[in-house]
Amino acid sequence: MKPIISIQNLTKTYATGVHALKPINLEIHAGEIFALLGPNGAGKTTLISIICGVVNPSGGVVKVDGNDIIRDYRASRTKIGLVPQELATDTFETVWATVQFSRGLFGKPDNPAHLEKVLRDLSLWEKKDAKIQTLSGGMKRRVMIAKALSHEPKILFLDEPTAGVDVTLRREMWAMVRTLREAGVTIILTTHYIEEAEEMADRIGVISKGELILVEEKSALMTKLGKKQLTLQLQSPLDAIPESLAPYKLELADKGQALVYTFDTQATETGIAALLKRLNELGIDFKDLQTRQSSLEDIFVSLVSNPS
Amino acid sequence: MNFLAIRAIYRFELARWFRTLVQSIISPVISTSLYFVVFGSAIGSRMSAIDGVSYGAFIVPGLMMLAILTESISNASFGIYIPKWTGTIYQVLSAPVSAFEVVTGYVGAAATKSICLGVIILATARVFVPYEIAHPIWTIAFLVLTSVTFSLFGFIIGIWADGFEKLQIVPILVITPLTFLGGSFYSISMLPPIWQKITLFNPVVYLVNGFRWSFYGISDVSVGTSLGMTLLFFFVCLGIVWWIFRTGYKLKQ
Ligand SMILES: Nc1ncnc2c1ncn2[C@@H]1O[C@H](COP(=O)(O)OP(=O)(O)OP(=O)(O)O)[C@@H](O)[C@H]1O
Ligand SMILES: [Mg+2]
Repeated sequence: MKPIISIQNLTKTYATGVHALKPINLEIHAGEIFALLGPNGAGKTTLISIICGVVNPSGGVVKVDGNDIIRDYRASRTKIGLVPQELATDTFETVWATVQFSRGLFGKPDNPAHLEKVLRDLSLWEKKDAKIQTLSGGMKRRVMIAKALSHEPKILFLDEPTAGVDVTLRREMWAMVRTLREAGVTIILTTHYIEEAEEMADRIGVISKGELILVEEKSALMTKLGKKQLTLQLQSPLDAIPESLAPYKLELADKGQALVYTFDTQATETGIAALLKRLNELGIDFKDLQTRQSSLEDIFVSLVSNPS
Repeated sequence: MNFLAIRAIYRFELARWFRTLVQSIISPVISTSLYFVVFGSAIGSRMSAIDGVSYGAFIVPGLMMLAILTESISNASFGIYIPKWTGTIYQVLSAPVSAFEVVTGYVGAAATKSICLGVIILATARVFVPYEIAHPIWTIAFLVLTSVTFSLFGFIIGIWADGFEKLQIVPILVITPLTFLGGSFYSISMLPPIWQKITLFNPVVYLVNGFRWSFYGISDVSVGTSLGMTLLFFFVCLGIVWWIFRTGYKLKQ
């Protein structure tokens, strides 16, 4: 399948000398939800801004649906809706005027019915004649989303869409994003909330210090990097782990009340059976056991702290 | 050509103006009236006619120019500075619009306001002094050309400015003095010879004189020179705007 966005050797060095992007290569598939994860200053916003035409690239090529973002900027930009990270609204304008402006700016003829639908979907219809300065922060963010959707983009960029948005609204936004995806819109979002990526994304890219250190299907990522932990609640506490258990790299937890065994789900031999047998031989009894799969958050933290 | 985008920008900008329409009309009417009360009647009655034109009538074109220059600059500079300041400029930068379309929208809106303002002043002046326009086509041409040129100039200032002070500096420090010293209220032939020479370096002199010529057929400098200088300034501004968009100066990192 032809990618809807293809990024080749994209670099960015700001005037200040900051290398915000080392050569980035990435393809986004049509119709997917792609989540870009990374710590503060990793280069997420820079990457998005370049694709959308807000920041100039220093090198490399980006194509949107086959159109070069510089040479064929009209064709590429027409397809893109952008919701930037920073709240930026036309304070003194009404909601309606500002979405109507956005639609026109993207060369689309007036279409009040579409704008009404967008505003209704974002629960902004009641506020359509309100001045933006009278809206709450969460509403302003939705106005920015409405602006981006006003011109019916094929690709939607959401740069931290749920920052400063309450839980209920966040869930509503997730639902909205899914509806958009069902309608065929490709969505690229950045987030600091791992649960958000875990919940929504089809694929995940992890960016750190301007480098894309990993791009993976979410499910593959979870299994590939996913570690499981087996926790055994002991009948009687241990002072130390017996010598003979050293190969299992066990940890004592809960003041010696629990033994924790971390294993790789991908390994052919998890070693659980052998471990349990060994414990039995040593006369270590346990009253309970649980396993826990590591979350995307654990994966993310381990990736960013020691990139391989 | 993305005409819908031009229309969107133009409409959005004018809508802001319409919201303060009363203020936008009242203030030039009041200030023009004041000028006529002070300069036209109080002082003007003691002034002799200049080249056969009564002093009150003589200052009409200059007054219009003064207002058009300041209004064009302030409208256009605010028009582009505000989205830069609030951050909403991101949308213009990410839209499928060319530099030409962006400039046409913003500068067109600013120039439209200036032209309307010029007409309001002209109408108000009629209440105080009788005047006739000898070459109306040229009046319109100078009015439009000056409004567009100085709106372009304002656009440049709006992009260059990174604070509200900078936005005010050029109009206050450069335009106002140049206009007052540019023969809006007097004929440069009334100046001592040395000042007559120095004044010729003031571009506003050419604007005011060309404009005044279109009213009364009198001018301190030749009309061709006036038009040439105005066009020159227009093309210089156009060149700078073109450069701004090509390089992304202060617009794009
Ligand atoms: N306009 C700019 N001028 C100079 N440097 C910049 C500019 N914008 C960003 N940077 C730098 O580029 C790097 C990447 O910034 P970017 O905003 O892309 O990060 P991010 O991943 O979006 O971070 P966050 O999660 O905090 O939003 C940072 O080091 C930042 O300081
Ligand atoms: Mg960011």
